Amino acid sequence: MKFPVHTSPYGRLPNSVTRVMAEVLLALVPGVVALVWYFGWGVVINIAIAGITAVAAEAVILRLRRRPVGRTLADLSALVTAVLLAIALPPLLPWWLTVLGTLFAIVFVKHLYGGLGYNPFNPAMAAYVLLLISFPVAMTRWLPPEMLTDVHLTFLQTLQAIFTGQLPGALTWDAVTSATPLDEMRTQLEFNRTISEIRQSPLWGDFGARGWEWVGNWFGLGGLFLLWRRVIGWQIPVAMLAGLLVTSGIFWLFDPESIPFPGFHLFSGGTILGAFFIATDPVTASTTPKGRLVYGFLIGVIVFIIRTWGGYPDAVAFAVLLMNMAAPTIDYYTRPRVFGERENGDG
Amino acid sequence: MSDYRRIIADGLWTNNQALVALLGLCPLLAVSSTLVNGLGLGLATTSVLVASNVTVSFIRNWVRQEVRLPVFVLVIASFVTAVELAMNAWFHDLYKILGIFIPLIVTNCTIVGRAEAFASRNPVPAAALDGLAMGLGFTLVLMVLGGLRELVGQGTLLSGLHLMFGENLRDFSFSLGSDYHGLILAILPPGAFFGLGLLIALKYVIDRKIEQRAARRNTETEAPSGTAAPAAEG
Repeated sequence: MKFPVHTSPYGRLPNSVTRVMAEVLLALVPGVVALVWYFGWGVVINIAIAGITAVAAEAVILRLRRRPVGRTLADLSALVTAVLLAIALPPLLPWWLTVLGTLFAIVFVKHLYGGLGYNPFNPAMAAYVLLLISFPVAMTRWLPPEMLTDVHLTFLQTLQAIFTGQLPGALTWDAVTSATPLDEMRTQLEFNRTISEIRQSPLWGDFGARGWEWVGNWFGLGGLFLLWRRVIGWQIPVAMLAGLLVTSGIFWLFDPESIPFPGFHLFSGGTILGAFFIATDPVTASTTPKGRLVYGFLIGVIVFIIRTWGGYPDAVAFAVLLMNMAAPTIDYYTRPRVFGERENGDG
Repeated sequence: MSDYRRIIADGLWTNNQALVALLGLCPLLAVSSTLVNGLGLGLATTSVLVASNVTVSFIRNWVRQEVRLPVFVLVIASFVTAVELAMNAWFHDLYKILGIFIPLIVTNCTIVGRAEAFASRNPVPAAALDGLAMGLGFTLVLMVLGGLRELVGQGTLLSGLHLMFGENLRDFSFSLGSDYHGLILAILPPGAFFGLGLLIALKYVIDRKIEQRAARRNTETEAPSGTAAPAAEG
């Protein structure tokens, strides 16, 4: 009698790029809903603009590179890049900046380096940095969260503001927009005010700024979903948050009146989104388990350094790009020992 | 004659120091923020390159192999100093803009590279021509890259022409209009890297097109006349 012999792997999961990307998109939903709730319809419009641009750009460049268009488009990776970029952008950003950033992400950062799996830098973050450096005024025009403002733009008014730059009625840009909380904190600290004075303002909530901290929570929820689904490993998010908390904690203990407390860093800006969705990009992050710990931790440290002493209020994008550069080196020094290999030396 | 022709083609295209040899990238990337800056530094580099090539070629039979590099560096450094003083005297404003990059011409690998690879092994006229062709090829890339970054980054072209050609050309510049605020990244260092990468890619595309056309012409001319392969002139 003949017994069929199978080779490993025995258990099979339906695992594909499409599934991973679809679950990332799904995990982003709560955070996006929270963003819309606090900051209006602009987020949705930005996502639509970026999504359409990304898919179109990907299709064109795949055709130019003579690659199968349909199959590659179906992996949804362009869409994930577009959504991650769009939710990092200010809600009323002029449409052509969103288009420009998305084109840069897909064409330059992704496909000129060889397409999905070959890009050394996170496309969404590279595009964000391009826009932030090149168009600082437009990129710092954030909206205040809905409970702190009397101006609530309807969907059509938002659409008009994004596509024509016209605000309804006699509103001016200064009346509608405001600095981000991290920006505000930095400006006030430059005026030599203490943290406890600064936090008197109604802008601030329990940890970070009102509105923002809840957006962070909902993104965190999506991140836990990704962890549960094993789309991302625990190492990078945990290490990044630990890096940020430990570094800011040490400095906060020494100088609690000019360094915001660790919880503030955790719930401000793009920390949570960055830890779960951006730093964990499987292509550009470190790949070994130990390497991921180092990679994430250093991102956290760099975020704190740039936020505290650097030239920009938030730093997740810069930190991720800097560590993208370091990822191959980290991987080289943290290669896991092959089973049976001796501890040092190659036997 | 065909030898001289090849030297020129090498310098301007086939072995372009910036696009193919990727030499002298430091000044290339740092100074190419406008077309005029690129032109200024390119011409300064070209004059140093011609002068050093000629001198190295003159003394090539007297310099011992062991000490050739220090001698080359000495020759190049003297010419760079001369060019620097001349620019300070006659193009003072441009001199101030280009700043440290004029003395840094001495570290441009193109110059010592051509001295070592060409001038020290060839007679004076060929060396002079090589210096001129290589220098002009480098200048062209600097100008194209500078023009590209200037146009994208600040929406103008040929701004600052008066720095080189006198006051009456001050307004002779093209502008995209005051509505265009410019993609600042193009002026910053990353813009230079992106620009250079795109230019190199463009050169490859053009080369491949030329190759394809030549191959097609070969098969076309071969088919009717049979054996008569077209005798290339160059």
